[in-house]
Amino acid sequence: MATIHVDGKQYEVDGADNLLQACLSLGLDVPYFCWHPALGSVGACRQCAVKQYSDENDTRGRLVMSCMTPATDNSWISIDDEEAKAFRASVIEWLMINHPHDCPVCEEGGHCHLQDMTVMTGHNQRRYRFSKRTHVNQDLGPFIAHEMNRCIACYRCVRYYKDYAGGTDLGVFGAHDEVYFGRVEDGVLESEFSGNLTEVCPTGVFTDKTHSERYNRKWDMQFAPSICHGCSAGCNISPGERYGEIRRIENRFNGSVNHYFLCDRGRFGYGYVNRKDRPQRPLLQRSRLSMGIDAALDQAAGLLNRQRILGIGSPRASLESNFALRELVGAEDFYSGMAREELANVNAIRELIQHGPLPTASIRDIENHDAVFVLGEDLTQTAARIALALRQSARGKATEIAEAAGIQSWHQAAVQNIAQGALNPVFIASVDSTRLDDIAAEAVRAAPADLARLGFAVAHAIDPSAPAVDGLEADARELAGRIAEALLAARRPLLVSGASLGSRSLIDAAANIAQALKNRGKDASISMVVPEANSMGLSIMLADEPGDRSVEAALDAVVEGRYDALVILENDLYRRADSQLVDAALAAAKVVIVVDHQQTPTADKAHLLLPASSFAEGDGTLVSLEGRAQRFFQVFEPGYYNPDVLIREGWRWLHALRHTLLGKPVDWTSLDQVTAACAAVHPRLAGITEAAPDASFRIKGQKLARAPHRYSGRTAMRANISVHEPRQPQDPDSPFAFSMEGYSGAGQDRQQIPFAWSPGWNSPQAWNKFQDEVGGHLRAGDPGVRLLDGARMDVDWAQPPAAFAPAAGTWQVVPLYHLFGSEENSARAEPIQQRMPQPYVALAEAEAQRLGVTDGAMLALSLGDRQLQLPARISSELPLGVIGLPVGLPGIPPLTAASVATGIKEATR
Amino acid sequence: MIKSILHVVHGFYTQLRSLVMIFGHAFRKRDTLQYPEEPVYLPPRYRGRIVLTRDPDGEERCVACNLCAAACPVGCISLQKAETEDGRWYPEFFRINFSRCIFCGLCEEACPTTAIQLTPDFELAEYKRQDLVYEKEDLLIAGTGKNPDYNFYRVSGLAIAGKPKGAAQNEAEPVNVKGLLP
Repeated sequence: MATIHVDGKQYEVDGADNLLQACLSLGLDVPYFCWHPALGSVGACRQCAVKQYSDENDTRGRLVMSCMTPATDNSWISIDDEEAKAFRASVIEWLMINHPHDCPVCEEGGHCHLQDMTVMTGHNQRRYRFSKRTHVNQDLGPFIAHEMNRCIACYRCVRYYKDYAGGTDLGVFGAHDEVYFGRVEDGVLESEFSGNLTEVCPTGVFTDKTHSERYNRKWDMQFAPSICHGCSAGCNISPGERYGEIRRIENRFNGSVNHYFLCDRGRFGYGYVNRKDRPQRPLLQRSRLSMGIDAALDQAAGLLNRQRILGIGSPRASLESNFALRELVGAEDFYSGMAREELANVNAIRELIQHGPLPTASIRDIENHDAVFVLGEDLTQTAARIALALRQSARGKATEIAEAAGIQSWHQAAVQNIAQGALNPVFIASVDSTRLDDIAAEAVRAAPADLARLGFAVAHAIDPSAPAVDGLEADARELAGRIAEALLAARRPLLVSGASLGSRSLIDAAANIAQALKNRGKDASISMVVPEANSMGLSIMLADEPGDRSVEAALDAVVEGRYDALVILENDLYRRADSQLVDAALAAAKVVIVVDHQQTPTADKAHLLLPASSFAEGDGTLVSLEGRAQRFFQVFEPGYYNPDVLIREGWRWLHALRHTLLGKPVDWTSLDQVTAACAAVHPRLAGITEAAPDASFRIKGQKLARAPHRYSGRTAMRANISVHEPRQPQDPDSPFAFSMEGYSGAGQDRQQIPFAWSPGWNSPQAWNKFQDEVGGHLRAGDPGVRLLDGARMDVDWAQPPAAFAPAAGTWQVVPLYHLFGSEENSARAEPIQQRMPQPYVALAEAEAQRLGVTDGAMLALSLGDRQLQLPARISSELPLGVIGLPVGLPGIPPLTAASVATGIKEATR
Repeated sequence: MIKSILHVVHGFYTQLRSLVMIFGHAFRKRDTLQYPEEPVYLPPRYRGRIVLTRDPDGEERCVACNLCAAACPVGCISLQKAETEDGRWYPEFFRINFSRCIFCGLCEEACPTTAIQLTPDFELAEYKRQDLVYEKEDLLIAGTGKNPDYNFYRVSGLAIAGKPKGAAQNEAEPVNVKGLLP
């Protein structure tokens, strides 16, 4: 701690910070541009000048850049000093000299850091009358718009894109006042984290192109605290709605999960919410008869009455919806909706992170580890935010070197300079090349079984009491030795693995490594990736249920005639199981009721389709891969703009259906009742009631506002429908109001923040005002509760599998994941579709030569009894004996670890 | 006694005076107008019916920046931004609910392109409130209104058809990033 004196007042601050951090943490407003909590200081913009005095008797003082000055004990500074104020006013005037007259036609306007700082500094008149420097823009792909004239040369974009996110295709060109931030030539920004540029850039150079199509100002949107449904990482997002459409997704700060950054799937993959082909009213498919809610419930109850009902839940639906389905059909007849293998693997992962030897690292905490072993997971494609965190753990080496040399960690340029690119060791074992290979100390490719064997060998090398792997090649054994050595040498080693390859032995290998690290007394952590947003939650919900709860078991039971009716919640069975089995089950069931928010192939075959809410129209709870239960809240009420839209949360439909069947009035009228009922039935989920404040939460007696107080057009936005304004929609489920009425500032502590705003701070930099210290955690605590920090127990050693040896003429099919395309919902969003690869079959170079095929040639292959024709993509990294198929792309059937391809040959046209 | 006589005389006088004054109005110039037969004079800066104007080139001035809507104290303006092929912003719809409008003129003050203007016209009465909801077709006029010479896109840095980067007022030619000169 250090004592600093600011304008005559005495404050206690963290002496390791710089003065800017210290002042902002104290809530004092110092304008700044180039500094960013996650990017450190470089002193480029000169905006944060303050006056520093030698001691209390010094009256002259000197101007210093607060971001480059340590907050040493007994510092005397002044922010309000006249000379400092004049200096800052001059700096912003210089920065604004070339800034175009664009604010009305700039997508940044209204949440622009440059606007905020200009107002804060008091610059309100342009005195410069001469010509302005201009630049030509680039086309940076479907996500990011580029408008270089607006640049103030703070260098944040390249510091984020190159240094922080490891991108290589954005740079700075030119000299003096003509510097240019862009690519060498027009083209799509390659980084999977390019969307963060829109928030990192303090002006409108990089803006959200997907939002620009249907643009509106930040102050005109309704927001709600939400959770990304794109993968299992559980990033916190802040979706904004206007006129009944989700318009954009912004990052929502959670100091334990995603802090300032999201991946591009999470940020740009919201388009499925706005699709016109979504089910909006209950529909009898056969007669295409749409109906009202009561008629639909009567119809559904009539169909289900006295039937034996089987329910198929979903790992992409909330806990509450799954629980309501379980209540409807009964615990014995409720199935997970996950494929058999996937469910078993997720269960094994749950067991490992709940009771296994090592604790699970939160995503933020991953950044604090100093040696990482990634076993079998292509993180950038399966849980992208973790990949970005891993980059920071590798870069942690630079901070370590700098600290040893007495350089503060925030001194970014100096830290980078002294480290000379040194990285903490990251080892990657995967089936194909990954986008993290550039930070890997060593990267190795092998078939899933061989990856698992490597993992077992690493465990054995860490702790010799772990079972050894027989017949391991010498180079694999040496590599295992090097990995073990690096993990043992580290202060905090981290193991990352997951279920994406569908291989149980990989999870066993991870368990062995975890146990071995524990036995050696390391302060190690583990992070296991599961496939979908609520895979972990569903696994916890089914943890105490006996029997096979997989989708295959469910479908078999229907085909065998043990059930008459099938109720499917937010699940496209054709993505889970063999299409013949699904067809057979849907044909065998006398009644099929689907509750979903997308028109999936399964929904097409439903007898009755009930329109469920997506994350934007409903509330619920998800459990992320670290076991963090987090609540997402309804962003808007679709019925406000169109009363014909009868979208309701899955749990509302299913509960109402149950009570119609029972002939009782509904019990659950608000989310809190469902959450409480779910927690009461599932003791393992008892914590979910604490995941967010309940609907009675108030600040100063007020609800919390979903919209900023400048929200406009309230008496006109709906006037084309009727000039008589209805009452604002009421929200019984949450403490949020569907309007600007309510509390929206940063003065009072709260966890659930729909949008970042504080007086004078309209840009995302307003998060400063909600944090205990800038870039730290939310003052009210980070949202969510961790459910899986159970008693740590030792696991029994698992035995390594046999080496990979495919039978002659067969290839093992490995799933290859794509950030854009492999996830069902985001793949329905138009901007994501522009970035999706075409379906392909990947094979190793040597295999291609042997088969005599070239890149792009059409290949025919058999997968079980399915024939596929796909263009070949030749990979220099893929191991022999396997072929890769892109998961979830059109025409690619669901894959299992046992999927085997035969008869690969060039297709005759 | 005399006092009471004077009192009566004075009373008589004031009665007569009032009669004269009142009947005198019959010969004075009228203060009221024979509205609607006679038109009302409204000063040019009168704040009445709101219009959307066009720039000197005949294009829509409104760039859908939403500032008028934000300034509106009764929230009676709503609009949606759209973009033409060449990058011009324009309102896809622009709606003013005149049944809520208080004609305060803050929208006109907020407008950075002088698109939205209040005009000397108050004749807005309708039989149905719904008819007081004006859409863009009802608001957009053919002329420039006030500030006849102002064209936002000649000042703005945004490139549009016929005005590439560097062609706006006080703009230098675009920088050649690959140039080697210092």
